[in-house]
Amino acid sequence: MYRVILASRKTVEWIGLLIVAFLFVFPFLWMASTAFKTMPEVRQFPPTLLPETWEWSNFAQAWESGPFLMYTWNSILVAVGILILQFLTAVPAAYAFARYKFPGRNLLFGLVLIVLMIPGQVIFLPIYVQLSGWGLVNTLWSLILPYAASAFGIFLLRQAFMQVPDEVIEAARLDNASEWKIMWTIMVPMAKPVLVTFGLFSFIYHWNDYFWPLIMTNSDEVRTLPIGISSLHMSDGGTLWNVMMAGNMILILPILVIFFVAQRHIIKAFIYQSK
Amino acid sequence: MRKAATVQELPGVSQSKTEVRPSAFAWSELASRLRPYLYLAPALICFILFFFYPIGSIIYLSFQDWSLINLEQMEWVGLQNYQDLMVDGDFHQVLGNTAVFTIATVGIGLTLSFLLALWLNKKAKVYGIIQATVFSPHIISLVSVSMLWMWLMDPQFGLLNAGLEAVGLPAYTWLTDPKSSLLSLIIVSIWKGVGYNTLIFIAGLQSIPGDIYEAAALDQSPWWRTLRRITIPMLSPTIFFLLIINTISSFQAFDTIAIMTQGGPINSTNMLVYYIYEQGMDFYNGGIASAASVILLILVGILTAVHFLVMSKRVHYR
Repeated sequence: MYRVILASRKTVEWIGLLIVAFLFVFPFLWMASTAFKTMPEVRQFPPTLLPETWEWSNFAQAWESGPFLMYTWNSILVAVGILILQFLTAVPAAYAFARYKFPGRNLLFGLVLIVLMIPGQVIFLPIYVQLSGWGLVNTLWSLILPYAASAFGIFLLRQAFMQVPDEVIEAARLDNASEWKIMWTIMVPMAKPVLVTFGLFSFIYHWNDYFWPLIMTNSDEVRTLPIGISSLHMSDGGTLWNVMMAGNMILILPILVIFFVAQRHIIKAFIYQSK
Repeated sequence: MRKAATVQELPGVSQSKTEVRPSAFAWSELASRLRPYLYLAPALICFILFFFYPIGSIIYLSFQDWSLINLEQMEWVGLQNYQDLMVDGDFHQVLGNTAVFTIATVGIGLTLSFLLALWLNKKAKVYGIIQATVFSPHIISLVSVSMLWMWLMDPQFGLLNAGLEAVGLPAYTWLTDPKSSLLSLIIVSIWKGVGYNTLIFIAGLQSIPGDIYEAAALDQSPWWRTLRRITIPMLSPTIFFLLIINTISSFQAFDTIAIMTQGGPINSTNMLVYYIYEQGMDFYNGGIASAASVILLILVGILTAVHFLVMSKRVHYR
């Protein structure tokens, strides 16, 4: 009797897990399935689970509905550009916070924590006004510069640098290594896992960003993929759901691939925010 | 340059200090005192230019009548913009929508996440896979998530209605009916956010020492009492953190609104950031948009301050 109860509890739990997985995976599978259907099949009732005829041309149609090569290139430039700048500004700042005692350190670190907690969307208007004063609105700079420093990056790297044992640094100083050299050739390699974690976080965040490019740009030359994809549903004459879903696949595939490869790092990166 | 480091930061290696020549001494000491500030400068300059200065600027702009079309024409109007907002029915509705959206997404989202975390916090590999599955919407662009749910919620051909009809229920006009539009956005937001919260809860659960549970088991404490007396109190910093973070992020709702509803139908899904965007970028009411931004800034600021205060207190208790 006991064994039967135990077995049925297990079955119930497995069914529960399947339902949860279904709720979170199925919408994506439905997106993929729709992306390959013909329009009549999209409108068919009852809906078909898998496409009857695989319509690869949806992807071509999505891709050719705008300058998508340019959008993709801009997306890469912006996400990678931000990443490099954040790396260059965060490493010295985190090193200073982690390894030096100086007047005003706590105050300055408090400012970093405030930046970490207050979202930039609250102040997009004055930033727009400022960038337009510098003539940078509608350039890639308007997408990159406001994110050149990352409070989260400084916070994360500071933790990593604090964990490097003092002996390592003292040994390097005895060898007459300059502070600058210690920072880049000893601290940075030792903080590599954290750097990877932060890099993934930053790249995913800015690859996905829709708000900032929407505000700061108004021409195709500087717009990014999310803007291009979102314009797919403005087409007249009925929504082409299949083409829209194909476009979305183009936007999410790189991130999904990265997620499958570096799942642990990515989850860690997002969880770190709570520390 | 290199010897400069020895003076300040190396109490343990003082012998190299003696090598510094007297004439170079003052310079190297100055350099080593300045070094941390130099290292901080690039990041701090960015924060001043793109965070602290704009915060001052938005307060100033909220007392002006201005528009993005002609920035030269600014006129000081004092509190007029705030007064206009206070009597504006649309803005009242925006605040109401934001409140309903926040309470619903945070309340339901956190409850669901907590239950999921209690359930999925197990060692076996399956649970890890399900955790990653639940988390996956969190890393997908809100653009894609919004469009995907628009397709699922399409009144004619959408899967949700097909499902409802299949079990004999009436079809639903999810996004186009002011009665259900906000609810639809809430569903999407919870679906996207629940995985992140679940994983944070699981991280919190795993940091609770196991011996407390062993003691409770020895006392034959029923599961609900263990939950109420041990798990929830021990998890309270995590719960509090998630409350703050989720509230702040639901104040920022924009992408779903811009793509799925544009604030409609009849203003039923318009929320603070979208309202600011609309006023500032579409209607060119810079002053009104700035005043609304300041209100949002105050709300977020209060939450952040409460967070810091409570969290720093907790550190003292330990």
